[in-house]
Amino acid sequence: MLLLVLKRLANAVVVLLFVALLAFTIFKFLGDPVQLMLNPQATQEERDALTQRLGLNDPVPVQFVKFVANAVQGDFGMSYRNQLPVMGVIAERFPATFELVMVSSIAALLIGLPLGVFAAINGGSFMVRVAHIISMIGVSVPAFVIGILLILAFSIELQVLPAFGRGEVVDLGFWTTGLLTSSGRYALIMPAISLALFQISFIMRLVTSEMLEVLRTDFIRFARARGLRARAIYFRHGLRNCLMPVVTITGMLIGDLIAFALVTEIVFQWPGMGFLFVQSVQYVDIPVMAAYLMIVCCIFILINLITDLIYVVVDPRMGATAIGGSNVR
Amino acid sequence: MLVDLERPGGNPMTNTTTDRPDPSPLLSVRDLSIDFVTRRGSVRALDRVSFDMVPGEILGLVGESGAGKSLSGNAIIGLIDPPGRIAEGQISLDGRRIDTLAPRDMRKLRGRSIAAIFQDPLTSLDPLMRIGDQITETILTHLPVNRRQARQRALDLLRAVGIPAPELRIDHYPHQFSGGMRQRVVIALALCADPKLIIADEPTTALDVSIQAQIISLLKTMCREHQTAILLVTHDMGVIAEAADRVAVMYAGRLVEIGPVEEVLRAPKHVYTAGLIGSIPSLNRRRERLVQIDGAMPRPGSVPSGCPFAPRCPKRIDKCAERPELLPIGNSQAACWRAGEGHSYA
Repeated sequence: MLLLVLKRLANAVVVLLFVALLAFTIFKFLGDPVQLMLNPQATQEERDALTQRLGLNDPVPVQFVKFVANAVQGDFGMSYRNQLPVMGVIAERFPATFELVMVSSIAALLIGLPLGVFAAINGGSFMVRVAHIISMIGVSVPAFVIGILLILAFSIELQVLPAFGRGEVVDLGFWTTGLLTSSGRYALIMPAISLALFQISFIMRLVTSEMLEVLRTDFIRFARARGLRARAIYFRHGLRNCLMPVVTITGMLIGDLIAFALVTEIVFQWPGMGFLFVQSVQYVDIPVMAAYLMIVCCIFILINLITDLIYVVVDPRMGATAIGGSNVR
Repeated sequence: MLVDLERPGGNPMTNTTTDRPDPSPLLSVRDLSIDFVTRRGSVRALDRVSFDMVPGEILGLVGESGAGKSLSGNAIIGLIDPPGRIAEGQISLDGRRIDTLAPRDMRKLRGRSIAAIFQDPLTSLDPLMRIGDQITETILTHLPVNRRQARQRALDLLRAVGIPAPELRIDHYPHQFSGGMRQRVVIALALCADPKLIIADEPTTALDVSIQAQIISLLKTMCREHQTAILLVTHDMGVIAEAADRVAVMYAGRLVEIGPVEEVLRAPKHVYTAGLIGSIPSLNRRRERLVQIDGAMPRPGSVPSGCPFAPRCPKRIDKCAERPELLPIGNSQAACWRAGEGHSYA
């Protein structure tokens, strides 16, 4: 287990270096930072001084090493837009996105898994057909359309939920949470639903097709012959055996949402990372974009690591092969 | 080496190795017919099959692929795959009709009174669950015991089926066992609630020959010690000769001959049975070549209305256009118009 983690971390370092190179390249060749940071009336002396201060006269490899060394310490420089440290700006936005994504993902799993199992068991029934049509809509209608429809219905017509923002938040020092105040929780409902709808539909369809495969296997047939109760057959033996792809896909969905929930965040004016990213693109705030790239990469690596560890927990065969152990005979 | 497992709700049957069906059989299958209903109409896959089994008996059910042997077994445990359905006839266990039971009640019977062993031990076990958990889950489903007692029983079962070091192995996963050991685990699973009848569908087909013999001998021991009847479905006459008390021969969805193993093997009454026996290679009996039955078994839906074997039968007579019923002859029963003549297929 430990060996597996170490192996994955070694891989992660290599991947991160590549991404750092990419981020650095953007940083280096996309626009002139000196021009962007100073006002147009600045003198040539001021420009030279800043160029010197930013280390832009150093050879390119040296600049890259400095970039990586700073990045490791969490220093991605100053945001061009508001002259604050990039890391602080992102750290401030991260909890909003993280809470939104986690709430919608957990809801999606809690709803999508049982729905998928139900649909697999009751194949041609009327309810299942309805669920399939709804899930079709869920997969194909973009989240922002659903978000706008939700705002129309619940904020403008019924006026029960806030249309934008995060509500009141509680500052825990290292983390700001909206989950502890009622206005924060209300504000979370609609963005979470509009994100979760796609996930629910996706997970349900995935579970259904995987379950139909598993239910055809011999060990399910043998479980029936052993006289086990239907619930044990479907959940303990059936669902558990189709969790692997569900874990993979859910991990990817979560990573994807943390990084790119930006459309939903804009619709609901949610102060998260996606919203920040869009703002920084508008202002050509390159340090923020570069840092964002690195952080998204770290998140994906972390999620992949967690997914791998869940594999080992779910499937005993994985542990043996992943660590390179042999089977006992 | 075999521990005596407690029989919950004990059934103190005295030793029975009767060749003739008992007046009060354990299992009674009467005129069982199964149809497969498709869009293009229904096809009869099993046609008026009748047989009885007494407690503690091993009845071999033999025939070619598609003859309806597995289907008969599946019908008894109530697991016929759709679109198959019982068209007529009845199945009774201990005098109680079971083919008309509600799915709920049939579920309680499965694993409790009737257990099953399937062909492939590699795929019969849930790969993600420790074998001990699979066994205790089955015990807890059927018997009024607590978790600790169930685990103790699981240990006893594993020991009884010959798993070495069961205290250690009980917490292993299926992939940590070899094929033969896995089939032993499957047998332990079938024995969980001390069933009266085990349907063993090709239990040795997927195993090495040397392991086959061990598993057959284990089944026989279990059958003797627990008075469990076994319906041994196989296409292997050698397995039948080794294990069964009686044998039933199936052809194209019909039962064509049934009787004590020695008698059927020595003096088959049905021409098809004679052909099957002649096609077994034997080390003692060197021959130029093995017997081969020409042609192929008719597919369900195109079985002739008379004797199903008639088109391939070398001893066909005009009478064979009429359907022969299963009639007693000697200690056996056979559905052949020329059953009285004695056959050696050559």
